[in-house]
Amino acid sequence: MTLKTTLASGLLLASLGSGAFAQSLVYCSEGSPEGFDPALYTAGTTFDASSQPIYNRLAEFKTGTTETVPGLAESWEVSEDGKTVTFKLRKGVKFHSNDQFTPTRDFNADDVIFTFDRQGNAENPYNKVSGGTWEYYGGMSMPDLIESIEKVDDHTVVFNLTRPEAPFIANMAMDFASIVSKEYADAMLEAGTPEMLNQAPIGTGPFSFQAYQKDAVIRYLRNDDYWGNKAKVESLIFAITPDASVRYQKVQAGECHVMAYPNPADVEAMKSDESIVVMEQEGLNVGYLAYNTQVAPYDNPKVRKALNMAIDKQSIIDVVFQGSGQIAKNPIPPTMWSYNNDIQDDAHDPEAAKAMLEAEGVTDLSMKIWAMPVQRPYNPNARRMAELMQEDFSKIGVNVEIVSYEWGEYLSRSKELDRDGAVLLGWTGDNGDPDNFLAVLLGCDGVGKSNRAQWCNEEFDALIQKAKSESSQEERAKLYEEAQVIFKDQAPWATIAHSVVYMPMRPEVDGYVVHPLGSHIFNEVGLSE
Amino acid sequence: MLNYVLSRLLTFVPTFFGVTLISFAFIRVLPGDPIIVMAGERGVSQERYDQLAAQFGFDRPMYVQFWEYFTGVLQGDLGNSFVTKKPVWDEFFALFPATLELSLCAMVLAIVLGLPAGVIAAVNRGKFFDRALMSTALVGYSMPIFWWALLLIIVFSGNLGWTPVSGRIDLLYYFPDPTGFMLIDSLASGQKGAFWSAIRHLILPTIVLGTIPLAVIARQTRSAMLEVLGEDYVRTARAKGMSPGRINSIHALRNALIPVITVIGLSVGTLLAGAILTETIFSWPGIGKWMVDSIFRRDYPVVQGGLLLIAVMVMIVNLTVDMLYGLINPKIRKR
Repeated sequence: MTLKTTLASGLLLASLGSGAFAQSLVYCSEGSPEGFDPALYTAGTTFDASSQPIYNRLAEFKTGTTETVPGLAESWEVSEDGKTVTFKLRKGVKFHSNDQFTPTRDFNADDVIFTFDRQGNAENPYNKVSGGTWEYYGGMSMPDLIESIEKVDDHTVVFNLTRPEAPFIANMAMDFASIVSKEYADAMLEAGTPEMLNQAPIGTGPFSFQAYQKDAVIRYLRNDDYWGNKAKVESLIFAITPDASVRYQKVQAGECHVMAYPNPADVEAMKSDESIVVMEQEGLNVGYLAYNTQVAPYDNPKVRKALNMAIDKQSIIDVVFQGSGQIAKNPIPPTMWSYNNDIQDDAHDPEAAKAMLEAEGVTDLSMKIWAMPVQRPYNPNARRMAELMQEDFSKIGVNVEIVSYEWGEYLSRSKELDRDGAVLLGWTGDNGDPDNFLAVLLGCDGVGKSNRAQWCNEEFDALIQKAKSESSQEERAKLYEEAQVIFKDQAPWATIAHSVVYMPMRPEVDGYVVHPLGSHIFNEVGLSE
Repeated sequence: MLNYVLSRLLTFVPTFFGVTLISFAFIRVLPGDPIIVMAGERGVSQERYDQLAAQFGFDRPMYVQFWEYFTGVLQGDLGNSFVTKKPVWDEFFALFPATLELSLCAMVLAIVLGLPAGVIAAVNRGKFFDRALMSTALVGYSMPIFWWALLLIIVFSGNLGWTPVSGRIDLLYYFPDPTGFMLIDSLASGQKGAFWSAIRHLILPTIVLGTIPLAVIARQTRSAMLEVLGEDYVRTARAKGMSPGRINSIHALRNALIPVITVIGLSVGTLLAGAILTETIFSWPGIGKWMVDSIFRRDYPVVQGGLLLIAVMVMIVNLTVDMLYGLINPKIRKR
């Protein structure tokens, strides 16, 4: 009897539940955020849960593109010499409120200055809070770049830079540049709980933070005072589901509307499932094999070129990516502006490759290929990839030994100038700017650091340096296109693949756009019945 | 009895020190620098590296680091996670109720089904029941948890739609100040259907996590029972004309329980280990997944603090088991 009543009421509620559910968008995310202050962290999972729903930035990436559009700044102006950037701030923007805090004023210049000062100024009381290491602020060289930030009036802020930097506006649209409330920070400091800035976030974004239970669920409510287009659903729920097969089952069962990161092997089945729609887009990333161009015989571009010609990229895409990738011919992905589509990829031609090696007097070559111990979208299985290359190279008489190290070791050892062997690695873009690929990964400054090919080509470097200080995007694009020609000719890497991102969702999900920078954004997503 | 308890407690002290030392050393022996791992492909400059190393205390000699950790532990301070920057203690106790609730349910399932299964098998030794039960137990014991969990999800949640796929409760329900024990929270909230939803979510993870202990308990009960059933006093009882039910339950089972309780105690370790996989698959927010993530991230404070707390739990369980021996068998506590 009792069991029956419980059962009946349970079923009743379950059916009632689906009514209330229609107002909530449930996203099956892949993991827990590290926290909710985006400037403290670097993981995409954290940004999806913090910067995207809760905060805004001075400039924003237009969803689905890497184009920057006004955000909390209505407009901006870059001076002639490129060293002064003036932002005009939006008026009437309200911060969220929570149990401990209700804002007394709208967003203004003080919030902008506080946002960056706490990251760059060791004297700021928030600089050490929550073990602040400000990875991205440092990583995007903000400490060298920003000389000072001045408040002209409540709605005008000037950034004085030490050098002209074309990607600066794109940097201001990155997650670490999310604007936090100075008033909230001051209130929490006074209350003796400064860590609340990270744990109970207050922003200006389309959703306000409601609750978080680690490894289980994050809840957000629609911000009805939002300055831009208001969110279409009343609440947004992240159901944290680490296993990809389980996420798939949950979408099928209707327990979530959208899921992240499906298993590549499941995508075909999902596409033929009527209860699931699969969206796809190329990821903003590249997977590559970097030769050590400072060690013979890899200091000879022709040897590198010959090795590149031996690699059968199509079978790598088929076997390692199981279809969720596309062949890369350039060091930047095709969704990025300035991608040079005129470049011809090296033909897969083992015979010609063998002849080329012989012509260069290289015989009985033995080399090492380093295989990463971790999975990345740009390389889902480095070991397997290395094995395929081993087979390809053996066909041109090159003997390959595969080596691997623990991830931390791998990253440090692969930087060494006298490294023995070619390294499998990759990169995912931060701000959609080609500089973020070409300068970081192939510039002379990166040798011994992020430039794993240890490749310093004066002609190439001059082009990318010039592009950095040029403000017209059209001009910059020309320079980068030229740089890609040099890259292809010199072949410091074998470019392998760009991943393809799949987003499975329920058919009733309306208005979702796959974002090239990898963020999962629900600001304008609705549910149709 | 008091002396017995005290002598057991005394053995706690060196074990505790040893566990603290091992948990501290274990994660540091693994290759991999937390700062480099944290920076990933982006890398970190030498200057920045030194700054972070100083902040995390890596620039000091190992024994100084250990001593600071150990004195901190004695004062109840396990440090802050490198990743989330929150106290390890807070994170552990936010997640532990979920693991405890699931482990207790799995244990109850294992005992409630395992004991009778073992007794039935022993009494019917060599007959059909015995063989059927013991081969099932062997299958259960050898079951890869990952595969078993996915199989159950696909059949019961996917095809039949009887149980939810994962999680602890329907997302519809929200409790502002949870104890962390979903069964208690859902009952206390008074929200209709919440308790039922919590139970439905518990079913599959409980079965998955309980499978191995269930098999172990059934097999252990059977062999302990068989041994006891061959004893003289059982034969005597039989000869006196006592009913078989009474012999099995009062004379045999009670004496067979000691090795069974040992196995149950040891299963606590197995449960915590099994919890790692079960929690990952069922998106169960417990300590298993928390620990694994921390090992990959080389989050030293979480790994060493988590290991220490788990070890202390296992020690407490073993102590309880020792007490139970004393209760069941007076000979032990007088020794």
